[in-house]
Amino acid sequence: MRMGFLTIYWRDMIRFVRFRTLLISSLVQPALWMAFFGIAMSANFTRLTTDVPPIPGIPNVGYLTFMAAGVIAMTTLFTSLFGGMTLLFDKNWGLLREVMASPLPRDHIIFGIALSGMTKSFIQAIIIMVFGIFIGAEFFMGFSPLNVIFSILGILLFVGIFSLGFLFLSAAIAISFESPEGMQGIMTLLTMPIFFASNALYPVNAFPPALQVVSMGNPLTHLVNGIRYFAIGDDFQAIGVVYSTTVTELLVSLSVLIVFALAMFGLAWWRFQKAVVT
Amino acid sequence: MAEPIIVVSNLAHRYGDFEAVKGISFSVDRGEIFSFLGPNGAGKSTAINILTTLLHIQQGSASVAGFDVATEPAKVRESIGIVFQDVTLDRDMTCWEILEFHGSLYRMPHKERRARIEELLELVELEGKRNTLTKHLSGGMKRRLEIARGLMTRPKVLFLDEPTIGLDPQTRRRMWDYIKSVNEEGTTIFLTTHYMDEADQLSNRVSIIDHGQIIATGAAWDLKNMLGEDLIYLETSDNDAAGKLLQKMPEVTGIQERPHGFYAQVNQDGTHILPKIMDDLRIAGIRIQTVNLKKPSMDDVFVHFTGRDMRDDGAEHPSSMHAKTGRR
Ligand SMILES: Nc1ncnc2c1ncn2[C@@H]1O[C@H](COP(=O)(O)OP(=O)(O)OP(=O)(O)O)[C@@H](O)[C@H]1O
Ligand SMILES: [Mg+2]
Repeated sequence: MRMGFLTIYWRDMIRFVRFRTLLISSLVQPALWMAFFGIAMSANFTRLTTDVPPIPGIPNVGYLTFMAAGVIAMTTLFTSLFGGMTLLFDKNWGLLREVMASPLPRDHIIFGIALSGMTKSFIQAIIIMVFGIFIGAEFFMGFSPLNVIFSILGILLFVGIFSLGFLFLSAAIAISFESPEGMQGIMTLLTMPIFFASNALYPVNAFPPALQVVSMGNPLTHLVNGIRYFAIGDDFQAIGVVYSTTVTELLVSLSVLIVFALAMFGLAWWRFQKAVVT
Repeated sequence: MAEPIIVVSNLAHRYGDFEAVKGISFSVDRGEIFSFLGPNGAGKSTAINILTTLLHIQQGSASVAGFDVATEPAKVRESIGIVFQDVTLDRDMTCWEILEFHGSLYRMPHKERRARIEELLELVELEGKRNTLTKHLSGGMKRRLEIARGLMTRPKVLFLDEPTIGLDPQTRRRMWDYIKSVNEEGTTIFLTTHYMDEADQLSNRVSIIDHGQIIATGAAWDLKNMLGEDLIYLETSDNDAAGKLLQKMPEVTGIQERPHGFYAQVNQDGTHILPKIMDDLRIAGIRIQTVNLKKPSMDDVFVHFTGRDMRDDGAEHPSSMHAKTGRR
């Protein structure tokens, strides 16, 4: 009967819907990214890879399909990392005092904010999938309807756990920082390496070994693995690179995300116990 | 009745090396309205923040509703409600949502919550604004909404940090009445204020706090009586001599020096004594320039105990107080 986090969730969703510009920009932005970056880059990659003959027997997908999964992952990363920002504003405006002085256990604040961030990520992921398919991403090709539903649930599972991890991290940072600028700085510092040391937009095979190791420990890489597995298949090639994923590898990726989320929850919980909000 | 619900002993708090609260001890009885009266920066909000578990207790001990703030903060939070000193309303929520959110935070049952919201919106006259975003409310309306929010949960102890700041006189009185009626229904009230009349009218007992220390505690009436029945203000051609002369009179219980004159505290009806005082001064050859007679107010109580006027913040007026042996 401990559903207190739903109160926090309710309030955060009210705000999300009420700030029209925030709502619309968060929905339109990933679509724009898909439209411009996706179409432009896929034209380039298609031209560059015409010399590489596809390996026969393995389905070949275009760059747009390949990067659409990356855009879902990237959007989830950004939305989640900034999801805790609302706590920082609440703290600075004194709004958090009401909650901190109430009987609501502190971890429910974390859960409530994380749940609303996760909801936003779900909405964005679905928009990107729909819009991506609309502009030509070959998602769920040759899947039965049941298989499509199963795959979408799989994608949302990966997106959900990944976003929880980064929302917990974001909440931990927000409760520890005083200024939005400081938090913004940390975010930028974090997003760059996470984003570029991953397989979101290009294959990691060509990375130097050290960077490949980093990429293997990067939650974003594991999220992208999961999305591609469910959206494209367990065996496909793109830009001349073969991607085959066994169920074990998929489960390893899922486990990495779960461990990451648990660790970040621990961090957030610890920061909240220490927090003084006046 | 005399069972304490808040017990504080030797509570001290520092911010860096600035000591904001310097070892205060007091207790509040169940069912009481108790106030902290003190000027800006006295340490009132700091004390409230510790009692409401928002600040970690550094030194001393404090318990609220039978729970120690250091070891059982969650239990304390279950038992209290707070109205903060400054506005803590989400600008982008409506009045109704603010109250609904608060009620849910405290896990009020749905039906009770909705009924209480209606009751309170009516009380603070914001029924017409139920769907208005709080950023579109006037300052006084925001304050009223915050008071309504603090009253939502009918806690065991309600903390009010300068509750009526920024309200018009009429609304203030209505809030006082409501605070009193909430109190009569069993909620103990701890309030801070720098309004004398608020401490005076609303509370059973007052602690005067200044520079992080409690200077005096008592019923407002008792505190005022310490200053005698009446206060007579005099400006004369020779204030020193006049003061010395009056101090010898049995009816005069104390002299308070002021910049241009002095107050004489008297232990009986001032209207009877004043002619005698004026005669005596004239006989002594001291010319009287100004005379004024008044009942002691909380202002005077404050000056009496702190040696300075509450309203001129910080600027210390050295005014000494030569009290005779206490008559009460
Ligand atoms: N977070 C803080 N950091 C440093 N000093 C602080 C902090 N909060 C309060 N102080 C100082 O502690 C002292 C007491 O402040 P407090 O807010 O408790 O006063 P107050 O009695 O509530 O005053 P007011 O009537 O103005 O609200 C002040 O001198 C203030 O400057
Ligand atoms: Mg204060």
